[in-house]
Amino acid sequence: MPAMTHIEQLEAESIHIIREVAAEFEKPVLLYSIGKDSSVLLHLARKAFFPGRLPFPLLHVDTTWKFREMIAFRDRIAREYGLDLIVHTNTQGVADNVTPFTYDSRKYTDIMKTQALLTALDKHGFDAAFGGARRDEERSRAKERVYSIRDRNHRWDPRSQRPELWNLYNGNINRGEEVRVFPLSNWTEFDVWQYILAENIEIVPLYLAARRPVVEREGTLIMVDDDRMPLEPGEVPEQRMVRFRTLGCYPLSGAIESTARTLQEVIQEMLLARYSERQGRLIDHDAVSSMEQKKREGYF
Amino acid sequence: MSEPVTPGSDQRQLIERDIDGYLARHADKEILRVLTCGSVDDGKSTLIGRLLHDSQLIHEDQLAAVERESRTGGSRAGELDLALVVDGLQAEREQGITIDVAYRYFSTARRKFIIADTPGHEQYTRNMATGASNCDAAIILIDATNGVLIQTRRHTFIARLLGIRHLIVAVNKMDLVEYDEATFADIRGDYEAFASRLRVEDLNFIPMSALHGDNVVERSTNMPWYRGASLMHLLENMHVAPGGGIDNFRMPVQRVNRPDASFRGYSGSVASGAVRPGDSVVVLPSGLSTEVTRIVTMDGDLEEASAPMAVTLTLADQVDVGRGDILASPVNQPRVSDTIDATLVWMGEEPMAPGRQYIVKQGAKQVFGRVETLRDRVDVNTLEPLPASTLALNEIGRVRLVLAEPVPYDAYEDSRATGSFIVIDRLSNITVGAGMIQAPGGQALHSHWDETPHGALTATGSAVTAEEKSQRLGQTPVTMLFTGLSKSGKTVIAQAVERKLFDEGRLATVIDGQNFRLGLSRDLGFSAEDRSENVRRAAESARQMNDAGLICLTAFVVPLDSVRERARTVVGPERFLEVYLTAPIEELKRRDDSGLFEAAERGEIPSFPGVSSEFEEPASPDLVLDTASLGVEDCALRVMDLLRQRGFIH
Repeated sequence: MPAMTHIEQLEAESIHIIREVAAEFEKPVLLYSIGKDSSVLLHLARKAFFPGRLPFPLLHVDTTWKFREMIAFRDRIAREYGLDLIVHTNTQGVADNVTPFTYDSRKYTDIMKTQALLTALDKHGFDAAFGGARRDEERSRAKERVYSIRDRNHRWDPRSQRPELWNLYNGNINRGEEVRVFPLSNWTEFDVWQYILAENIEIVPLYLAARRPVVEREGTLIMVDDDRMPLEPGEVPEQRMVRFRTLGCYPLSGAIESTARTLQEVIQEMLLARYSERQGRLIDHDAVSSMEQKKREGYF
Repeated sequence: MSEPVTPGSDQRQLIERDIDGYLARHADKEILRVLTCGSVDDGKSTLIGRLLHDSQLIHEDQLAAVERESRTGGSRAGELDLALVVDGLQAEREQGITIDVAYRYFSTARRKFIIADTPGHEQYTRNMATGASNCDAAIILIDATNGVLIQTRRHTFIARLLGIRHLIVAVNKMDLVEYDEATFADIRGDYEAFASRLRVEDLNFIPMSALHGDNVVERSTNMPWYRGASLMHLLENMHVAPGGGIDNFRMPVQRVNRPDASFRGYSGSVASGAVRPGDSVVVLPSGLSTEVTRIVTMDGDLEEASAPMAVTLTLADQVDVGRGDILASPVNQPRVSDTIDATLVWMGEEPMAPGRQYIVKQGAKQVFGRVETLRDRVDVNTLEPLPASTLALNEIGRVRLVLAEPVPYDAYEDSRATGSFIVIDRLSNITVGAGMIQAPGGQALHSHWDETPHGALTATGSAVTAEEKSQRLGQTPVTMLFTGLSKSGKTVIAQAVERKLFDEGRLATVIDGQNFRLGLSRDLGFSAEDRSENVRRAAESARQMNDAGLICLTAFVVPLDSVRERARTVVGPERFLEVYLTAPIEELKRRDDSGLFEAAERGEIPSFPGVSSEFEEPASPDLVLDTASLGVEDCALRVMDLLRQRGFIH
């Protein structure tokens, strides 16, 4: 039998992690962001339990500012695969009119994403939450563990993180603590694209270039996805060929100009441009809101 | 000076002209996991940065950031400081965040590489062991201006201990020794001299300058005398056998997959070997036999599954299989036992306590277990075994582990997946140890309790019968074990009983633990193993006294119930009484005028039962005396009562 390819090895490793969590935790959940990494994670989870169903639900934290195409995609995928989908929104935040336009991105993200996520985790009593983060996303992520232990307040305590040897993950926690689990830790962006291509995994069409209405703000192209977006005086959205490298709230997701209409062309552009993936994500540019800070607060 | 490779120009052309062709070429790669050992001073970060840079894996915005930082903070003003590509962790270190391993990824057309980089000098053993646990190969950096150092030995030893078979010794900074062949040859000779003890299967040496790129990706023109491959060439072409040793099938069951009554499958990752439908397998530890019927995956049933695939198997019979069981080929089965000999790397801030109960995770199973015996500790710098009573953070020792139930396992050298385990603290849940199982019998722990006497020996009896002696002395001989923590009153009560017996006209003797260590056991220390041996000798002595007709009063701590039981067996259960002396620890400390408890609490006495090591309360003592509420006289009277009740004196 020929040796396994790197993609097959990564797949096996991720399935191993997902199964381990399902076996050892009482109430796991998959944090589903609708992005391409979430799509890969979901695909792997379905493989891990085939022919059975997923033994845990999906949780989507909906800020109400996601691209409309994302929400339509989410609901269709949940229906087609018979998934148990929980959608949670910080309704108080909505009532208080917390939007990407009324607050800076840090405060907005904290209230509508981080606090919403923590409330949802508490409400359902989840003790393990799968996320699609990868170590290659950023220089400082290189040291992240597959199991990230969180205390009763969902905080990341540097001193309680555990060495990870072989494929023996330590999921022992005390009551009230939870673990964030990252089965894609060893995948690179290229691996993710290769896998999507090889396995024919559906992704939101926003990843592919199309003519979309955008405005340019501080050098970043923002798509005008609905009429809630306040336009500056004299600002007129123009139709440009764009695609997105990462998906989130549309007012905070920068588009890049592109002609890549197929996955192959997206990969081609990525390899030739070689720009870091997170560059298009506005929340990371906020000087005070580093990834590390967000992690301590419980976002990741 | 060799030029850094411009981001693979032919690769770039292929991406531009034929993306499908490029993707096809990159679809069929293997993963190679590589550990890098060395400090920043050896140029390790520069080397990793160079590999990433020269294989065009640094994104342009990251490179721009590094260029910016190079101008301001880089160690070599003006030049591009590639170390900055990977040195993103300084700030975290200052904040006290533990970084055990940083992982870096790059790939070429042939392989995807995962670099496990263990930064810093502190806690190096723990970090290196963690990083090495999943690696196939290790790059050991040596600074050509320093040669082989103690840390080089340490790195090599730990890499070998964790089962890494392929070592690349990168003699770096050759530019600083004028690319001198003799310097390289000397370092190579020094290294080979000590590495010969470690049985490295595949050992490679490369003279290198990571700073200038010599022999990193391209062969260097500065060292024409070197005819070997560049580092990248070696990494790309190194033949790595998957899994390691054995090729017999094993799969620890992670989870029973039972979506409905019509399907029952067993999910897990193949640990070694391969399996096909129709193959016979045994379920361990139960030992039941059955046959594999299907290999189920979402992509359809498979004809064969091999390591490390994640699959679901269905079986022909309704045998009882649960999480943690191992499905294995009937040939060359894993051993099933509740006793494991292993090399243990201690990773906890608190030292390992022999006798204390921990959680052991091995395969897909978690069981309680304790270190019954700590044989010795290995000095990672000299590789010499040292006597030890405990293992502190970053120490490595050879142990015998006793588990609450039998588990199936292999030797680590045969199978990493079924030969490894982690140790978890029951209270904090932190991973405090990592173990590599030794081949049964290979490194069996030294215990005289089980030893077979040497030579053809025959036991002879006494010329005087036990009844005659009993009649002469007016007593039936018995051994009393006064067990309890230090300062619980063992010796003083034993002596008071001795006095009372003597005053009644009987003959008794006291064997006191401390006295014993001054004579017969002066070669023994305080490790669990030595404590156990000390009790064995005392028990043998007590037996002699009893055979002579004497009542023997022994005063020993004996922290483990299993050891008390063995002593009972040696003396004879019909003439062995256990007296447990107990008092609150505060009371014991109050009595302690020599400051033993304080010293133990400060960590100065590593194996002090009740403080820094476990003391198991006796499961079924014949008498319990609370020495906090009872005086010595009262205690002695109660012991006398016990002897009368049981008919040893009248």
